[in-house]
Amino acid sequence: MKKVIFTLLFLIVNFTLVWAGDEPPTTESNHTAIQLVQTHADYVWTLVAAALVFFMQAGFAMVETGFTRAKNAINIMMKNLMDFAIGSLAFFAIGFGLMFGESATGWFGTTGFFLSDFKVGGDPWVLAFWMFQVVFAATAATIVSGAMAERTKFSGYLIYSFVISALVYPLFGGWAWGGLFHGGGWLEKLGFIDFAGSTVVHSVGGWSALAGAIVLGPRMGKYTKDGRVKPILGHNMPLAALGVFILWLGWFGFNPGSTTAANKDIAMIFVNTNLAAAAGCILAMLASWLKFGKPEIGMSLNGALAGLVAITSPCATVTPASAIIIGAVAGVLVMFSVLFFDKIRVDDPVGAISVHGVCGAWGTLSAGIFAIDGLSLSVIGVQLLGIAACFLWVFPTTFILFKLIAKTIGLRVSPEEELEGLDLAEHGGNAYPDFEVSSYGGMVTGSGPGATKPQPALATSKQVEVS
Amino acid sequence: MKKIEAIIKPFKLDDVKDALNKIGVTGMTITEVKGFGRQRGHKEIYRGAEYQVDFVPKVQIGIVVDTDLSDKVVDVIKETAKTGKIGDGKIFISNLEGAVRIRTGETGSGAI
Repeated sequence: MKKVIFTLLFLIVNFTLVWAGDEPPTTESNHTAIQLVQTHADYVWTLVAAALVFFMQAGFAMVETGFTRAKNAINIMMKNLMDFAIGSLAFFAIGFGLMFGESATGWFGTTGFFLSDFKVGGDPWVLAFWMFQVVFAATAATIVSGAMAERTKFSGYLIYSFVISALVYPLFGGWAWGGLFHGGGWLEKLGFIDFAGSTVVHSVGGWSALAGAIVLGPRMGKYTKDGRVKPILGHNMPLAALGVFILWLGWFGFNPGSTTAANKDIAMIFVNTNLAAAAGCILAMLASWLKFGKPEIGMSLNGALAGLVAITSPCATVTPASAIIIGAVAGVLVMFSVLFFDKIRVDDPVGAISVHGVCGAWGTLSAGIFAIDGLSLSVIGVQLLGIAACFLWVFPTTFILFKLIAKTIGLRVSPEEELEGLDLAEHGGNAYPDFEVSSYGGMVTGSGPGATKPQPALATSKQVEVS
Repeated sequence: MKKIEAIIKPFKLDDVKDALNKIGVTGMTITEVKGFGRQRGHKEIYRGAEYQVDFVPKVQIGIVVDTDLSDKVVDVIKETAKTGKIGDGKIFISNLEGAVRIRTGETGSGAI
């Protein structure tokens, strides 16, 4: 009985199909259909990856607030909200065109502003591509908020957010990646390897952060007159760790997503990304263990990020074994870099300069050293050229930008505002209204000469009734 | 009336509270404080920089009792809060001029 019913159904369906007038498949129509499926898959993967990279904004926010004081938590959230929001609009209006527009010279694009490449009803690939690129631009922009935390005027930061997304990032990005769309940069034409942006994104952010931290100056109480470093403790290590986990997750969109195509290449990129992060984390932990006697959370977290930043450039063109070495070197490098910047009194509350600037440069260089095709001095030469070009464009430009902001509307808050906390001073708020936030603000007393005693403006005591 | 302020190690709070309840103490107020005596703090590291933490978290218990109970209270606290290790804390006893129960307006012994 079942057999009869199924045969009947089969005949009805096929008869209906033939009667409906479907053409029998040809080789050409098959080819077109398969291409369409691939195109659809490319869209899906690119946009899923873009969403993952967007989520890195949450990661940055958590890392930055975890490593800074509670009295500035709202300010950190506002800066991270705004550098994404403003960055999105700036990149829409100006940045995307400069980076990916048609480029006669190879230095900047001249078409595609305000997403003019998109016509309603036309090919929406430009939208998917833009979405993927804007979250990358926003990543570069948000790197800086960590290095400039706890003493930056909010209005000054907003201006910076606009300029980096509209101008600084897209210009260098165009040199390296313009050819991914309508442009064509001079650097990529020389064969510069930066698959997902160790230099384009992370070093751009890192060197901007360096400029900002230098122009701002260190937080009050961070360095003593006799050259000691007095740690200003972050208020929430679990949040900082959560941030790193989120960034690690987001990086699985950042690196493999840069194929902007759904193909098998993404597998090795995924693996390289993970191995480098793991190696960086372990080596940084070991390095801190050896140097300080205990495995330290701040360094270990930075180490994972350092590995991720470093592998971002070579992730598609090195073996997994090389990825481990690249990440491991980054993990050690980041620790010494953090100590170095403290030594020269450049205050970087979260290690952004070391993680993104320094390890971004290392990662870009390693793409030349560990290239699967083999070691070639000319390849390494181009990598070094790109690293230098990035620094020479980004650092002076952002230095001048921050100096201009400082001279006009002001870049740094007043000492009273800095002591009171930016949440209250800049935003009229309190991130943790149910808790008495200690006004010591994490400034611990040092022992020995030059140690300051804490001056409480608020009491730290809580009255609890126990009956 | 006496006011007794005892600064003790935080993890001793439950033991002290239970022991005091047993001898008839009907209320207390606690405050989370930081302090040091001859016990100094310890060294910590943060992002590669070492620093000294002098202030150690403690709990301060405030009790108001009739004068004839005060010696007993001090003894009980002394015994239950003691670990024998440095940092056990201190007890301060002072005379109290007056007390008022807000709900009823009672004063003196009726207030505690």
